[in-house]
Amino acid sequence: MDLMQVLALVIPAAIYAAAPLILTGLGGLFSERAGVVNIGLEGLMVVGAFTGIVMTLTLEGMGVGPASTWIALLAAVLIGAIFSLFHAVASITFRADQIVSGVALNFLAVGLTVFLVRLMYNKGQTDAIRNRIYRFDVPVLSDIPIIGPLLFANAYITSYIALALVFIVYYVVYYTPFGLRLRSVGEHPMAADTMGINVNKMRYIGVMLSGAFAGLGGAIFAVTVAGNFSGTTIVGQGFMALAALIFGKWNPLGVMGAALFFGLAQALSITGAQIPGLANIPSVFLLIAPYVLTILALAGFVGRADAPKAIGKPYVKGSR
Amino acid sequence: MSYVIEMNNIRKEFPGIVANDNITLQVKKGEIHALLGENGAGKSTLMNVLFGLYQPEKGEIVVRGEKVRITDPNVANRLGIGMVHQHFMLVEKFTVTENIILGNEPKKGGKINIKKAAKEVEKISNQYGLRVDPHAKIENISVGMQQRVEILKTLYRGADILIFDEPTAVLTPQEIQELIGIMKKLVKEGKSIILITHKLKEIMAVCDRCTVIRRGKGIGTVDVSETNPDKLASMMVGREVNFGVEKDPAQPKEVVVSVKDLVVKDSRGVDAVNKLNLDMRAGEILGLAGIEGNGQSELIEAITGLKKAESGSILLNGKEITNMKPRRVTEAGIGHIPEDRHKHGLVLDFTIGENIVLQTYYQKPYSRSGALSYPEIYQKARALIKDFDVRTPSEYTPARALSGGNQQKAIIAREVDRSPDFLIAAQPTRGLDVGAIESIHRRLVVERDKGRAVLLMSLELDEILNVSDRIAVMYEGEIVAIVDADQTNERELGLLMAGGKKEKEGEPHGE
Amino acid sequence: MVNKLFPKGRLVSLAVPLIAVSLGILIGAIVMLVSGYNPVLGYSALLSGIFSETYYIGETIRSMTPLILAGLAVAFAFRTGLFNIGVEGQVIVGWLASVYVGIIFDLPAIIHLPLAILVGALAGAMWGFIPGFLKARFQVHEVIVTIMMNYIALYTVNYLIRAYLLVPGERTETISPSASLASSFLQSLTDFSRLHYGFIVALLGCIIMWFILWRTSKGYELRAVGFNQHASMYAGMNVQRNIVLSMVISGGFAGVAGSMEGLGTYGYMSILSGFSGVGFDGIAVALLGANTAVGVLLASFLFGGLQVGAITMQSRAGVPTELVDIVIALIIFFVASSYLIRWIMNRIKKEGI
Repeated sequence: MDLMQVLALVIPAAIYAAAPLILTGLGGLFSERAGVVNIGLEGLMVVGAFTGIVMTLTLEGMGVGPASTWIALLAAVLIGAIFSLFHAVASITFRADQIVSGVALNFLAVGLTVFLVRLMYNKGQTDAIRNRIYRFDVPVLSDIPIIGPLLFANAYITSYIALALVFIVYYVVYYTPFGLRLRSVGEHPMAADTMGINVNKMRYIGVMLSGAFAGLGGAIFAVTVAGNFSGTTIVGQGFMALAALIFGKWNPLGVMGAALFFGLAQALSITGAQIPGLANIPSVFLLIAPYVLTILALAGFVGRADAPKAIGKPYVKGSR
Repeated sequence: MSYVIEMNNIRKEFPGIVANDNITLQVKKGEIHALLGENGAGKSTLMNVLFGLYQPEKGEIVVRGEKVRITDPNVANRLGIGMVHQHFMLVEKFTVTENIILGNEPKKGGKINIKKAAKEVEKISNQYGLRVDPHAKIENISVGMQQRVEILKTLYRGADILIFDEPTAVLTPQEIQELIGIMKKLVKEGKSIILITHKLKEIMAVCDRCTVIRRGKGIGTVDVSETNPDKLASMMVGREVNFGVEKDPAQPKEVVVSVKDLVVKDSRGVDAVNKLNLDMRAGEILGLAGIEGNGQSELIEAITGLKKAESGSILLNGKEITNMKPRRVTEAGIGHIPEDRHKHGLVLDFTIGENIVLQTYYQKPYSRSGALSYPEIYQKARALIKDFDVRTPSEYTPARALSGGNQQKAIIAREVDRSPDFLIAAQPTRGLDVGAIESIHRRLVVERDKGRAVLLMSLELDEILNVSDRIAVMYEGEIVAIVDADQTNERELGLLMAGGKKEKEGEPHGE
Repeated sequence: MVNKLFPKGRLVSLAVPLIAVSLGILIGAIVMLVSGYNPVLGYSALLSGIFSETYYIGETIRSMTPLILAGLAVAFAFRTGLFNIGVEGQVIVGWLASVYVGIIFDLPAIIHLPLAILVGALAGAMWGFIPGFLKARFQVHEVIVTIMMNYIALYTVNYLIRAYLLVPGERTETISPSASLASSFLQSLTDFSRLHYGFIVALLGCIIMWFILWRTSKGYELRAVGFNQHASMYAGMNVQRNIVLSMVISGGFAGVAGSMEGLGTYGYMSILSGFSGVGFDGIAVALLGANTAVGVLLASFLFGGLQVGAITMQSRAGVPTELVDIVIALIIFFVASSYLIRWIMNRIKKEGI
């Protein structure tokens, strides 16, 4: 097996595994930049995956056809945003501990979705959807030598959506008034308040955007990778996205880099046995690599990760 | 002349207290109007009402002749009212320009037009002589420049009524001079200023008129040209204030603490204490004067073992205590009333009793072979509460529920009860009312008379001058002078604190 | 007198969990109603699934056992101001460690069983040490590190089982009887439930936690550090060491929770497809129990009972067991939102006057 073959095996797989992480990580970025810790990303992905599959199945049943999946993705965005209100109301309005509220959201997401699946289908998991999103070769671009087969052949369109959103989010966060306000609320909410910015409103928007993005991330995972939904469809991807957010230092480009790297680790842990030189390394090292690296990053061994300053603290008007 | 702002009969309640009770404040156009009162008198509440952060229960606000309701800071901004906060409201990771335009950003397409914004900032700052670098990050600029950014924020929004909340608390004397210049220039350009302060000298120096409030009530408004600091002080406190502390002359004995060639770095790794030498004697209160940030805190932290001494030595009764663990230092005989009682002095969620044994809980009789004895702890607490007149419902009350003065009394009780040879009191009266201040000053003198060495660190020159026997002035990490308290004055100390040489008779000093 | 026994704060702190539980159960009923189930039937089936037979009672106590210990783990860390979300991972490593000792050694029960539990505790403590050390040394937030440690535990433990301990059935061998907590006496007493002696260990755990925190000078120190690190440092306490110690003790409790599963309920360890859930339930238990030993015990009873009773609820009333997860999530939500409950109570008080 030569290098090109190895790369052709690993790179598309990494991008493919990274897409849901990128989207969910971007979601977490909105929330945490606004000062709200979101360890409920996992639960929000669960809700997104559930919505994506159930909506697709329902629409397919109504005869909508291949468009079902795309409508379902939009629905997942919406439902994710709505479901994140649970976290927003608790941690912003009721000043609940943001971590506890995130834990509760994760509990609720799994409980509620599986409960609903049982209610609707009388079993613990849904049927498989018929209109999965499949791989395709990007016309023209995939014919470019070397880059073409790696980046543009045998790819999911959802991966490109995720990558495009990275740059859009980057622009929004760093170049627009909305981004400036969002960041100010996460750094120094009282300063923002005195400048006439509605702190809690910005935080609600941040959390709901995290719900929308994580919902999309979960749904994309479901309609590309899983194909159906059960209580074990999303196991840890949300937390890995959180890791990508931190490892990427709360920066959209960083999130993308971290997610791609984690995706690569995942891809290698699955395909490693086929690659010379990696075959002898137990896959456990690749499986735990994202988590170990995140810890090292936090400890300052891989460049200091500085969280938004006001993160985790509810904002109470008039108190310092 | 018409009033630009009238706050008539304002009443603001919080659960359990009336913060503002029928206060009236009228500000003329183009004047600098002082709002004077003790800590907790209700100055900030009144200004937060004006700025729209609080809604008053009663009273009316009239701006330029029109009755208004200020429901939030946005309304205040639109009315041309701007606030320069005591604790700067600046996002450290943002640039000067970003901080100024936040919430009011010029746009080009959907994008912030940062170039245009920076130009605008530069224009305004030139107009009022506020030198700032529009592209510098807040975390990299000096405190004085940060304050100018705060001022620019209000001007950028077109404010012509500026509230300055205790603006000089964090500034060096030079920066204070500069600020006074800026304020005068602002008034000349047609702005009106409300200056919140409890410093009488500042009022005499820059203000036209002064409104005094005491315990939430308006006492009156006077022309500054027709009053003097003593009159203002008695208006503020409600009685004749004897700023002096009654005490006999000190009878200094042997050296208790001796600091030699001490070097301590601050949190950024810069030498904050620089080859410092200082002796402290039994039976004497040594005042440590200096402008905030000249190494006083680092010196105290090094003595108490909280910060590492890079070199040099600290001797207590002739024995080396340099770089001992804080617990060993405490055991060796040092008491420490820390600067920030909420952060460093108390565990607010612990009961008074538990706080009383914060350093001694592991010793007999409070603890025997690792097991706590609550009866012993609370017995001790009851005794100290009585001896030190700590006003608390019981020894089981959480420290959080006590007033600042009583919290401080509990800390002093704890520190003094251990009978330390050396007592450090860092800003022991900050934020307290006059009654508590007097009682704490008396207590320090009592401890001195028991033959202890007392180090009093304070940023308030009055306190230093009145309580100390000798005064050591600290500047840039060194003791630049040691003077007798009864042979110096504020002017001389002020100059020494600013790095000037010891004054000779009649010699003028320029800035 | 009443005021002295129940000062205002105490009364509120008792009311918050009670109201939270009521609201959680109420909304659970609404969910049932909306989904077309009969809530009365559902809840009565659930209750009978906890109390109606000795078997159910035995199972409830059995399921409480790891919950109590996991809850103590979370609560102990909370008391020192640390949020140990890593209890799950600490449970997993404790489980494997004690099962390993149970399989590999051949010793008299009087040594073997305590040794197995102890090694489980040590494994959990070691897993807790890492985030504690990183927090103390590098000020790294323990929440993120412990989450990451959970996954590292999951994958590492699975790998170790697969590589070294695998027998058919995707699991380890069964431990030797000398290391087992299982009791034929308790089983016969409860109609052959899986009840084992572990609940005695859990009760001991409660007493130990209470004693350490409230009756020792070390506990005083840990609580002081939890409330105010700065003041503790000024008072001469070693904050760093206390943070590490707290995480180590917390992890130790969690490790024992794991050994209860390994030595009691199962007698082996399977390759895990996902988390056991014990550690996350521990967070719920600690929160509802207000981080007190007695509170943890009561909350474990509630959650353990709900989980056991849910099976009967499903078989008799047709309500999916996941309803219980929803109720638990809502209870956590309301406990966390105590600001809401306090606000409501204040309103009621004002209207009352």
